[in-house]
Amino acid sequence: MAGRRAFDEVWGSGDDPAGRPEFAALAQWITETPAAELDRRQKAAEAAFRQLGITFAVYGDEEAAERIIPFDIVPRIFTAREWERLSEGLVQRVEAINAFLADVYGERRILADGVLPAELILANPQFRAMLAGTRPPHGIYAHICGIDLVRTGPDQFWVLEDNARTPSGVSYMLENREAMLRLCPELFEKFPVRPVDGYPDALHETLRSVAPRAASDPVCVILTPGHYNSAFYEHSFLADQIGIELVEAADLEVDDDIVWMKTIDGRVRVDVIYRRIDDDYIDPLVFRPDSLLGVPGLIAAYMAGNVTLVNAPGTGIADDKAIYSYMPEIVRYYSGGEAKLPNVETWRCREPEALRYVLDNLGELVVKLVDGSGGYGMLVGPTATRQQIEDFRAALIAEPHRYIAQPTLALSTVPTLTETGVAPRHVDFRPFVLSGSNGVTITPGGLTRVALKEGSLVVNSSQGGGTKDSLILADMPAEA
Amino acid sequence: MLSRTAASLYWLGRYVERAEFTARLIEATLRLDSLSPRPAGAGAWASALSVAGGEGGFAATGDALSAPNVARFLTLSRDNPSSIRSCLDRARMNAKSVRTALSREAWEAINRAWLGLRDRSTTGGSQATLGLAEAIKAEARGFEGALHRMLRNESNWFIRLGMAIERGDNTARLTDVKYHLLLPEGEKIGGPIDRDQWTTILHTVSAVTAYRWLYRDGLKPWLVAELLIKRAELPRSMAAAADEAVSLLNLLGKRTGLQGEADRLARRRQNAISTASIDTIFAQGLHEYLTAFVAENVRLDQAIARQFRF
Repeated sequence: MAGRRAFDEVWGSGDDPAGRPEFAALAQWITETPAAELDRRQKAAEAAFRQLGITFAVYGDEEAAERIIPFDIVPRIFTAREWERLSEGLVQRVEAINAFLADVYGERRILADGVLPAELILANPQFRAMLAGTRPPHGIYAHICGIDLVRTGPDQFWVLEDNARTPSGVSYMLENREAMLRLCPELFEKFPVRPVDGYPDALHETLRSVAPRAASDPVCVILTPGHYNSAFYEHSFLADQIGIELVEAADLEVDDDIVWMKTIDGRVRVDVIYRRIDDDYIDPLVFRPDSLLGVPGLIAAYMAGNVTLVNAPGTGIADDKAIYSYMPEIVRYYSGGEAKLPNVETWRCREPEALRYVLDNLGELVVKLVDGSGGYGMLVGPTATRQQIEDFRAALIAEPHRYIAQPTLALSTVPTLTETGVAPRHVDFRPFVLSGSNGVTITPGGLTRVALKEGSLVVNSSQGGGTKDSLILADMPAEA
Repeated sequence: MLSRTAASLYWLGRYVERAEFTARLIEATLRLDSLSPRPAGAGAWASALSVAGGEGGFAATGDALSAPNVARFLTLSRDNPSSIRSCLDRARMNAKSVRTALSREAWEAINRAWLGLRDRSTTGGSQATLGLAEAIKAEARGFEGALHRMLRNESNWFIRLGMAIERGDNTARLTDVKYHLLLPEGEKIGGPIDRDQWTTILHTVSAVTAYRWLYRDGLKPWLVAELLIKRAELPRSMAAAADEAVSLLNLLGKRTGLQGEADRLARRRQNAISTASIDTIFAQGLHEYLTAFVAENVRLDQAIARQFRF
């Protein structure tokens, strides 16, 4: 990024002062709406979010135990053609992820064929060896994936991360749209925007489609760690939108490998659990024995085929950062074609060659902990201090297998309301991909995260990132 | 419905009702205090503490018994489990964990009330305290309004059952603290201080004009007692709370098929209130009668928890 100007999704690469012709109407809207008016609308949206309680908790932050994620009023837009290309790539990628999971927990053909080193899977803490041989109902593992994409040019999209465990953020996709419809209705007159409000129904259909038994009306629930969890709002929001129970571990009990929930009418059998609790905490009998969030016996019920867990336990092996660098090979192996959405070039520091390169170029690279998340344990070379770089150098030399490195991408920017008016800020994009026995469904939308600090590339909400609405157009935008 | 959800909704109702009652109590006490000849105001606040069951807790703070101190203790104190802030904290916690059983409006009313108190560190002068009490009452009204627009189902009934149980308890305790003023013997009709006390009681349950409409008579202490205990037309009377508990349990029973001890206790109580005349109640001893009502209310609360597997 240093020196080079990033691609701006509205203004293009900067050669044409009118911006990208597809978005002339948006450019005009941004230019003509006074910043003070944008600011007023943005404050109104944030006040509404606070009132609704759309908050997240920042761990270890006593004072502001509940915060709202900053919302930016300037939307981001994808054309119909861009979205179509992305969708094809996403379907291919998620189908490959599910095929990969079925394989490594089943026949292990990919290891036998030597596509990736066996110990990378079998010795990986994310690989749940005890589940080898257990096939989830309908053979689907990663029912809900949130694929993080970044962009560096008009046609350059890259997969940064595959979130195949319990990706969050979909409530922002829905709530940001509600806010935009209320506060900027004129934008929706200028652009034919595809709706996102079908997501809850699509999710419900996906959940019902993977029920373990031929019940005519399977009972689906959302399992939350409870209202102290940072994403609790999203859990309750989804349960509410779908119209299913939001349960905590104490509401469930397992009896003879069947899962029941405790209701005022007595016990009700549960068929599908959309769990928002990590594998480690989900069943104290199997994983962490000190977990109070889990349901004892849940994994046994799952292994007996009596309940579907969404996502299935063990999917962490598919989005592991150490596996990520092999995703192009994995996609090719299962789909028979090249990955339509490329990976970001990745150096595996476990390999001595790569480590040497990384150590020589720390100032230009992004270095990530293989088992880190949320923007923690990450070095962004070009913006790091000398001390931070030296700390990472020492850590890399001590435990190279824990790190990967990637080039610092010139992430695309989108005009964003800042204290000094509208200015470009870097963004990423997380669309949500549903896989059920009814096929793969992608709601035309997603979560756009924006790094609000000038020049910053870290979009995580725990690190000062905000969100934007992401508009997917139905076809060519109307003339301005 | 999940048993935990039912319990949270029921307690949500109780906490909202308790917060609102405390706001009314503060409002009425401020009024009594300003009417009382100086320095008799302290008596008004001691009595408010006693109604709210906070005498022990307040004594433990070591603060002097003054209007601002008691007002703060009843409103904002985190040490007082029955302060408005503590009630709203717990109401919101319960509401948050059962968001899916509440309408957006109902949740927003609770959240707004909570946000309104979150950053308050002092109650300010009596004018500001009155403003605060008024705001809490308005939010509680907003919440009840939202309840009326919610689906008429178990969620709604559990919240209202919690409110009815809490309301009966509050009115009984309010009446009990002032019972010596309400006894017909040794009356000093027209003594200005007593009149102010009776009006304070009526203010606390929003019944000043109701009294005039129902009795068309000057303030008579035994009529005030009758109004608070027996007149089901007054929404905050013990009789109204008892009626409401019976009918809500009835609705819940029809929907869930769960009927039992709670229904029996509630019907027995309703029956006892409607058959006993105010004279018999005075003859038995008003204080004893009210204490028995509060104890019966606790038994009913426990029976509800058992019946619905809380």
